[in-house]
Amino acid sequence: MCLGIPGCITEIVDADQMLAMVDVSGVKREVNLACVLSAPADADQLIGRWTLVHVGFAMSLIDEDEARKTLELLAELGEIEEELAAMRDGAR
Amino acid sequence: MKFVDEFRDPQMAKALLAQIHALVKEIPRAQHKPLQIMEVCGGHTHSIFRYGLEQLLPREIELIHGPGCPVCVLPMGRVDDCVAIAEQPDVIFTTFGDAMRVPGSKKSLQQAKAEGCDIRMVYSPMDALALAKRNPDKTVVFFGLGFETTMPSTALTLQQARAQGVDNFQLFCNHITIIPTIKAILDSPDMYIDGFLGPGHVSMVIGQKPYEFISAHYQRPLVVAGFEPLDVLQSIHMLLLQIREGEARIENQYTRIVPEGGNHQALKAVSEVFELREFFEWRGLGSIDHSGVRIRESYAQFDAERQFVLPNLKIADPKSCQCGEVLKGVIKPQQCKVFGKQCSPETPLGALMVSTEGACSAYYSYGRIDAVAV
Ligand code: SF4
Repeated sequence: MCLGIPGCITEIVDADQMLAMVDVSGVKREVNLACVLSAPADADQLIGRWTLVHVGFAMSLIDEDEARKTLELLAELGEIEEELAAMRDGAR
Repeated sequence: MKFVDEFRDPQMAKALLAQIHALVKEIPRAQHKPLQIMEVCGGHTHSIFRYGLEQLLPREIELIHGPGCPVCVLPMGRVDDCVAIAEQPDVIFTTFGDAMRVPGSKKSLQQAKAEGCDIRMVYSPMDALALAKRNPDKTVVFFGLGFETTMPSTALTLQQARAQGVDNFQLFCNHITIIPTIKAILDSPDMYIDGFLGPGHVSMVIGQKPYEFISAHYQRPLVVAGFEPLDVLQSIHMLLLQIREGEARIENQYTRIVPEGGNHQALKAVSEVFELREFFEWRGLGSIDHSGVRIRESYAQFDAERQFVLPNLKIADPKSCQCGEVLKGVIKPQQCKVFGKQCSPETPLGALMVSTEGACSAYYSYGRIDAVAV
């Protein structure tokens, strides 16, 4: 919950609601961009960018290198599977 | 635990460790009594144990595992309140998975679910909101918990609920805030902390400024730290440099994620939806002034505390539990009388054994053999 997980923004779902699709290690998940985007008009510029995702919200933009290192770290910490499973299921 | 050779950059790790070992010798007071460095965040606790960093550090440094795991510091009475809400008719109670096994005075949420309550684990508060839209005849309550890292997500979800008129959605707000807690630790007569590793992702939201009182009023250093083992070592190194020079500054090791000013959009959402409570009760630490937030009047219709009658009782931990002393760093987890006996990850008595970010669970999973003899 507190470490967050990096994902790549692949498409803008709804610019006005600031919703985007993010790919996290192959799992696709809708994510809220309100914390990394000041105006909906700029949403398209985020496609292809990496972001740290906490509980369904993009909390900061990060570079790709950092994203990959963080994914490795999370895998080593044993945090990734649980997080991805939770993401995949949404609500159980 | 891992060996230094398995770290991503073993050369760098070895160089940092050599410098740390040398530096600590230059700090006279560390020769009499170990320097106490507190990692405030549970994410750091987990990393420290996973990589066995404690064993690599010189004896002159003692790491104190702070209260920064939101699941661990949740008092029993609050779990009871959750169960009371979940037991109401036509309620779907939603929570992050981490909170399911935290013991209440009678039962955990997991036990309540087994007894038939409609309790669902969600990944995000947005999932809880979506559930509310799909179930207009039920009241969907989301159990909001966590420090400033997760607070913006809950705030933004409530803003959406209001904008979309989802009036069967409620928040049971248990968000807590880190600054008053650090202050309480600094004021506590039981503890003397020489320096802090600051929480990386809380700082990503609040920035560096809120920590300034730690250096200005308490003359103690804090370094905002990342979660990789090298980040932690580098941050300890930065703290030692300050301690050797007799300085106390707020520094940022984790600049690749933490902007100096924090995240404005996130802070704006938080301050629109939440306000400080007079006090909030913490497991093991007791009541701390202004350490929690509640929902503002303007969002009252979404506030589960105003909609439900809650037991809201203060319930002391079982006598055998020593979670409070562990949280304050007064004792080590394995010194708790029930550690590994009545209390284990399968049958947790205390919350520190539940979360993977809790010190007891970390000791249990990656236990340091040499520490058992303490
Ligand atoms: S061993 Fe269990 S009861 Fe003892 S401090 Fe740890 S979590 Fe609390």
